[in-house]
Amino acid sequence: MAKRRLIELAHARSGDKGDRVNIGLIAKRPEDYPVLVREVTAERVKEHFAAVCKGRVERFELPNLDAMNFLLHEALDGGGTMALKADPQGKTYSSALLRMEIDVD
Amino acid sequence: MIRIANGQGFWGDSLDAPVQQVRRGPIDYLTLDYLAEVTMSILEKQRSRDPKAGYARDFVDLIARLLPELRDRRVRVIANAGGVNPMGCRDALLEVARSQKIPITVGTVTGDDITDQLDRILSRGIELRNMDTDAPLASIRDRVQRANVYLGAFPVAEALKRGADIVVSGRIADAALVMGPMIHEFGWNETDWDKLSAGIIAGHVAECGAQGSGGNCQVDWETIPNLADVGYPIIEAERDGSFVATKHHGTGGRVTVASVKEQLLYEIGDPKAYITPDVIADFTTIHLQQDGEDRVRFRGIQGLPATNFYKVSISYSAGFKAMGQMAYGWPDALKKARAADRILRERLDRLGLKFDAIRTEFLGAGACHGIEAAIPSAEIEPHLPEVVLRVGVRSQDRKMVERFTREIAPLALSGPPVASGLGLGRPQVEEIIAFWPALIPKSEVQPEVAIWRSDA
Repeated sequence: MAKRRLIELAHARSGDKGDRVNIGLIAKRPEDYPVLVREVTAERVKEHFAAVCKGRVERFELPNLDAMNFLLHEALDGGGTMALKADPQGKTYSSALLRMEIDVD
Repeated sequence: MIRIANGQGFWGDSLDAPVQQVRRGPIDYLTLDYLAEVTMSILEKQRSRDPKAGYARDFVDLIARLLPELRDRRVRVIANAGGVNPMGCRDALLEVARSQKIPITVGTVTGDDITDQLDRILSRGIELRNMDTDAPLASIRDRVQRANVYLGAFPVAEALKRGADIVVSGRIADAALVMGPMIHEFGWNETDWDKLSAGIIAGHVAECGAQGSGGNCQVDWETIPNLADVGYPIIEAERDGSFVATKHHGTGGRVTVASVKEQLLYEIGDPKAYITPDVIADFTTIHLQQDGEDRVRFRGIQGLPATNFYKVSISYSAGFKAMGQMAYGWPDALKKARAADRILRERLDRLGLKFDAIRTEFLGAGACHGIEAAIPSAEIEPHLPEVVLRVGVRSQDRKMVERFTREIAPLALSGPPVASGLGLGRPQVEEIIAFWPALIPKSEVQPEVAIWRSDA
């Protein structure tokens, strides 16, 4: 098993809805998608974002797009106009996820 | 096949993009999205000062600039520029047409504004509970500013059917701007769930402007050509619900399967149940295929019946906030910024200021990502060239926030060394307009379509 950073295998985009952030994670090559499904679990994403995500993390699979969608609840300090954050809409959370290191075969 | 071009992703987006969409290739419809959630409250403030205001004035200026070309090229326009005063927007458009002696027909889509009906609705036992917190609206009723329902695409289609050259609405679902012409041109009906799902997904690809055609795109971002002249998205829609996402030939940006996937995943929840006024779209049924340079074909999309509810966005006053900044230079920039934060907080305590929330971030040292993995290592930390201390406060009491704004600048001379205020001046106090998302039965809302001729 070797360690790889997600940014080598995937790209992403994130956005907000209220106090939730969604992060779409997309495999650059279809053959890497099963590895992402195996490694990038909701639990690991929750752990990765522990400092900012106070609620649960949901994961949805879109095999047709070699992609997954993560929904991070209570992740924006109240969200929208209430948030005092420099990134109140979680726009940079996409690349924060790509920092994660995973095991590859 | 019809070509629907989007020229505006939000109010404040490029003024020139819609002009380029009209001039640089054939299109049938131009759509423009002006309304972010917060926009309605800004427009309401404008209307309270001037009863004729309250809509996106930029849109009227754009039509004044483009009207002869829209006529010559037979391009029809759909915009949610009406804001809180769609009829004011209509009057301004008809005035432009008369002064240019180009007759036009304007269609208005209204009925979204239920601000004046809230008490009637609440008295009928519809509590308008917050979709996130489940709290009833009664808990903030006295602070409500506006309530607008997200209408669907069928009223837009009706306005087009009745001859509108320009359709102006208040609040409608963003993707409905793009789907309206498809319903009109192809005669889709209200239970064509698969086609409606495709129309909404086409709208989702186009509604954020250049973010659907190479802007803010992470995959191979450095090789995306000529973003200075980025082409905005164009949908080539077919009667059967399939469509191609593309952009004008010769423009910058990129439309590939990979770039389109990024936009598809933007601001969605459960991909099998993307709920809109007209249909529940299923993003897991999308089949994508590259169909030439900067062309992606969408096929196979399915959808589920719409719900019996509209979403309503209710804005309310939620106190005040301000953010202050101070930059610290090498060496030990982060250590200095942390010391400044401690000093600032002690001063705020001594002044007896109390806030509902106070938040410190260190820009340049992991503030955006905010996670452990982003914090500089102990080895790197002393060598960071600069770090910006950013402190935000929130309170129901404007005076507390006002007093806070006076405590930032003094740090420059009375705190840790090598400080720069970045020439920003004193922080501004902002009133917080917060949003209360709720569901309302469709039976409580009556969308209205009307037609107005400039030569009548």
